[in-house]
Amino acid sequence: MPRPLYSEPGDRIESVRPVTVSRYRGFIRGNHWLTALSLILLLLSGLALFHPSLYFLTGLFGGGQTTRWIHPIIGVVLFFSFLLMFVQLWRLNLPRPEDTTWVAQIGDVVAGHEEKLPELGKYNAGQKFIFWAMSILIVVLIVTGVMIWEQFFGGLVTIPTRRIAVLVHSLAAVAIILVFILHVYAAIWTRGTLRAMTRGTVTGGWAYRHHRKWLRELAGRRQNGPAE
Amino acid sequence: MTETAPQPTTAAANPPVQPIGSNLLPSDVVRISATKDVPQPDRQLTKVAKLIDVSKCIGCKACQSACIEWNDTKPEVETNVGVYENPHDLTPNMFTLMRFSEWVNPETDNLEWLIRKDGCMHCEDPGCLKACPAPGAIVQYSNGIVDFIHENCIGCGYCVTGCPFDIPRISKVDHKSYKCTLCSDRVAVGQGPACAKACPTQAIVFGTKEDMIAHANDRIEDLKSRGYDNAGIYDPQGVGGTHVIYVLHHADKPQIYDGLPENPRISPVVEGWKGVTKTAGLAVMGVAAVGAAIHGLFARANRVDEHEEQAAERLVQADAPATAPHDRGDV
Repeated sequence: MPRPLYSEPGDRIESVRPVTVSRYRGFIRGNHWLTALSLILLLLSGLALFHPSLYFLTGLFGGGQTTRWIHPIIGVVLFFSFLLMFVQLWRLNLPRPEDTTWVAQIGDVVAGHEEKLPELGKYNAGQKFIFWAMSILIVVLIVTGVMIWEQFFGGLVTIPTRRIAVLVHSLAAVAIILVFILHVYAAIWTRGTLRAMTRGTVTGGWAYRHHRKWLRELAGRRQNGPAE
Repeated sequence: MTETAPQPTTAAANPPVQPIGSNLLPSDVVRISATKDVPQPDRQLTKVAKLIDVSKCIGCKACQSACIEWNDTKPEVETNVGVYENPHDLTPNMFTLMRFSEWVNPETDNLEWLIRKDGCMHCEDPGCLKACPAPGAIVQYSNGIVDFIHENCIGCGYCVTGCPFDIPRISKVDHKSYKCTLCSDRVAVGQGPACAKACPTQAIVFGTKEDMIAHANDRIEDLKSRGYDNAGIYDPQGVGGTHVIYVLHHADKPQIYDGLPENPRISPVVEGWKGVTKTAGLAVMGVAAVGAAIHGLFARANRVDEHEEQAAERLVQADAPATAPHDRGDV
């Protein structure tokens, strides 16, 4: 069977009355939450070292010394956890023509007039932006992070390079926190989304409203024979 | 211990026999890392300086030995690789290091052996302190001494990033940063630094900064009379001046002294990181987080309605395989 265009091979319609659609398998949900946990811990420990007014956050980790050594280790966990997610997600996050229309009509998105927008596959342009922004920023953060990892890579780069690395690391960190806020906000604002990452399923209405091409493809595949 | 020590004006004086109280107090601190609005002390200590006259140094390393002795550090025994530096670099256990450079003077074609005692310069505007994220890990006293308070140090290495002279070293044992203290613990009890006390040629002297500048000028005059036309003082103004100053016979070329920077200053990259990035970054993140929370609470959510659930059922149950250009206005 050829690889579907708008869905993952594992996505399927679970029940018909009412319609529920499986969007994320257990594996990727675990993968996502490990990444999320790492990102939140990195955010807290990193902010503690970013601004003196947030230094008290080191208390959550058992003091400044612990925060200093644990931050980069969580960073490595996040990198590999995200990498695993990346290989599962990148294909459906490639740009498609309808993304341009979606971005051009961003006003309708914000106003909730999705009937005026083109039908979309598994991800809209906003979700794709989050995915690629996260991907790029995580690479920037791990590369610059290793350069300033005093404990194991103290002499890896020269001091002038290290200065640039620490500046880029903090700018990328600010950027990824903004992306993170957008990600969480969008998931909550678009009601019915969170359950995709908790239970793994969404309602048929949700799929119809936000990702109709994806739903059509799953419905078509169901007609044509075994989904597996 | 009723009496406090006088402020030292020389390294030559011997310690008093009676126990004596410290005269370098927590209240004499004028700058504290990662701390805004440090209350300024009631008294201003006399600014001190250590003067290193490179032209008088014979490279005996008595200063290094005295430093190890006083600070009770144990630098590792290394391998002789055919150079005079020993150890090969500053380490968490070696706060000062004689750096030897062989330089051929293009004017005279003479080989000159330049020996510079390297170590913390005790900048008036310390880059280490500016970069440090840990409140109270680096302090500056009103007499100009920049000191690391190790119980507050977290070992992140930001001081290394901030320092224009490549001085701090992070210990692999306790993960704390170490450098010359200008013997703050000796100065506190009226004594000059151990290196200055031990120097057999008085190439290292210690006293008030004013006295040291005057002494340096005498030395420069003497050197000029001996043909060192470019003799001069190294008290770089890019870091607000330093509390360790050099007399150099070739002050127009500080780099020949094993890379002494010509115009040291806190890197603009570090200033940008600890300035606008830190402040604006926090503000942007704060506004985004609060804005998203408020908007999330009060704005109308994007909800799926019952018609869409029904439409989904019709779509899924339709017999024919889905045809792509379906009319999307049929809800």
